[in-house]
Amino acid sequence: MVTKVLSADHAVAWAVRLARAEVIPAFPITPQTLIMEQLSEFINDGEFDADFIPAESEHSVMSIAVGASAGGVRTFTATASQGLAFMHEMLYAGPPNRLPVVMVNVNRSLGAATGIWLEHNDSMPERESGWMQVYVEDSQEALDMTIQAFRIAEDRRVMIPMMVCLDGFVLSHTVERVEVPDQYDVDKFLPKFAPLNVLDPEDPKMINPIVPPEYAMEMRYQLDRAMDGARSVIGEVDEAFAEKFGRRYGGLFDRYQIEDAEFALITLGTATTTARRVVDELRAQGKKAGLIKLRFMRPFPESELREATKELKALGAFDRSVSFNSYGPVFTEVRNALYGCRVKVTDHIGGLGGRDLTVDEVRDMFANLERCARGEKIRQVTWYGLRGEQK
Amino acid sequence: MNEQKEISKLTLRDVPNKEYFMWGHGACPGCGVAIAVRNLMRIFGPDTIVYVPASCLVVFGAQYPISAFDVPYFFTAFENTGAVLTGIRAAQKRRGKHSLVVGMAGDGGTFDIGLQALSGAADRDEDVIYVCLDNEAYMNTGIQMSGATPFGAWTTTSPAGKVIRGKRRNKKDIGAIVQAHGVPYMATLSNAHWNDFVRKAEKAKRAKGFRFLHVFTPCVPGWRSEAAKTMEISKLAVETGMWTLYEVENGEANVTYKPKKMAPLTDYLKLQGRFAHMTPEDVNSLQRWVCEKWWLHYKDEVEAPQCEVFKVEKAVAHDGDPLHGV
Repeated sequence: MVTKVLSADHAVAWAVRLARAEVIPAFPITPQTLIMEQLSEFINDGEFDADFIPAESEHSVMSIAVGASAGGVRTFTATASQGLAFMHEMLYAGPPNRLPVVMVNVNRSLGAATGIWLEHNDSMPERESGWMQVYVEDSQEALDMTIQAFRIAEDRRVMIPMMVCLDGFVLSHTVERVEVPDQYDVDKFLPKFAPLNVLDPEDPKMINPIVPPEYAMEMRYQLDRAMDGARSVIGEVDEAFAEKFGRRYGGLFDRYQIEDAEFALITLGTATTTARRVVDELRAQGKKAGLIKLRFMRPFPESELREATKELKALGAFDRSVSFNSYGPVFTEVRNALYGCRVKVTDHIGGLGGRDLTVDEVRDMFANLERCARGEKIRQVTWYGLRGEQK
Repeated sequence: MNEQKEISKLTLRDVPNKEYFMWGHGACPGCGVAIAVRNLMRIFGPDTIVYVPASCLVVFGAQYPISAFDVPYFFTAFENTGAVLTGIRAAQKRRGKHSLVVGMAGDGGTFDIGLQALSGAADRDEDVIYVCLDNEAYMNTGIQMSGATPFGAWTTTSPAGKVIRGKRRNKKDIGAIVQAHGVPYMATLSNAHWNDFVRKAEKAKRAKGFRFLHVFTPCVPGWRSEAAKTMEISKLAVETGMWTLYEVENGEANVTYKPKKMAPLTDYLKLQGRFAHMTPEDVNSLQRWVCEKWWLHYKDEVEAPQCEVFKVEKAVAHDGDPLHGV
């Protein structure tokens, strides 16, 4: 193990190198590009043996990735925002064919009111694509989770591609101290890729022909069950990782000061760090604040969340994206999971289009949640850091 | 195929009889695509991986749980043949395997929606064979105009209307576009020129790098032709200059068959209902394009032969049944 000072993008590149990915198609897009630059440096310097394929678009990137994965090798790529949207069609080729590609999506706002900055509206719509989705909080977790992603995705009980989402710029371009594990230990932790179905003339198979209605529904159901089964594999891999490397992330979600909490926030990604600090402040004042760091949007930890939040009076979902005239996706998922439970769930939207999520705003969220826990009425959806009046 | 034999000496007799695109597929009678694929697969042989993007071939070639392909077969989408081939090839390389990686796309999947992925793979000189099965329109979705549709032709999106009659632009020169990437081998093929077909397919099989085979494949319902006339139409396409047989090997162009003299364009057009509405002016426009192409490939100034422009009572229109000819 060596300690390095790395951005999350560079930490991911290290993870991919340590995981011995073999085929890496790529197309540049901010703020992902640092990953590909670092990987091509590793390869061109002879430090990492992989095939780097500079594709002509993200659509082609994902096409190459599914082709390589169906060809039987470990495949990695990374993208962001418009790039993810461009490969949207091809995202759907991986899961039903059980091709466990691993991809990092560096979250960045998608579409008009255009910017290159952080928002979760690029990856959230892809919850329906059949990919697993994990959101990470810091560079260390970006590295660790990318390694774990291969093991989870390639597990024979799962065989589903995984998207590791990390916050653009806040993580991708910010350097932190990161422990880079030894190759020997990663090799022990991550077995060689054993593909399920391979395009091989020695054993001819058709992969993904047209499937008539007589069969397609069962294939969808198999995928649904595999995604459900991934929940326990994620927990197992988290344990195995902790045993080997001493770092534990809690699997589907992590809990902070939640046992006796009366009100809590549920967050994704870097917002967790800010919220943890505010919880510490509130605890010092004797207030029963708690925090859930949601890590996986797919598979979604429904029953686990019901169990973890059953003593809470108020729970706020923090959303860094919104479905217009509806709610943020985290809120929608959480409220759905907690339907019929006692806890009052509200939506707290902030940090859209890369706007900083400040400590003061998170304090406001907790203040609102505290009022809600006391039985006061608060808004169902509150936007934080918004200029002008909120109607 | 006898690998010792010189390519120029190969004939139809050298092609193995073993089928890898077998019976039981659902193509229309007289389908140029099915004929081409069957024979290409006999030449490519068992150590081949096939990728087929969205096209008729994806529908009639394999449907779960049956497949006419006796080799590994993969499909994902429409516009990504060049890219998926790249991925399969990369995996082959990593695993130390050397199977032939072949893509079989239609003209829409090559000329139009697949052009970007085609260009990327050609530019990277991926070690794959890209076959374009050109039936000059989006036949799978019901005969819509593509970049490969010739001037004047009726399709369901270039109908023979009262004001605009058929397609108004000439066929895109995809061969020139592919050549511009500096690929090691590209060739045009016709089902009706057998020995030429065999030699080009075998040459592609033996070569390395990005190889492009552009095959002329008549479509009975789309061209409003008779199933029994597929070969005759293929032959007339070459004799009239609508299709030219050539190859470009490492930048060197070579015409592989030159008609003795240009046959009247109308000999070709009149066998196909898709051209039935064409006015003499439109036939002349198409003839001009053919003459330019003739000069480009054969370096012959030709005087256009006398065309016998035909008239029909009513223009061809799609009657809703994709299997109806004229």
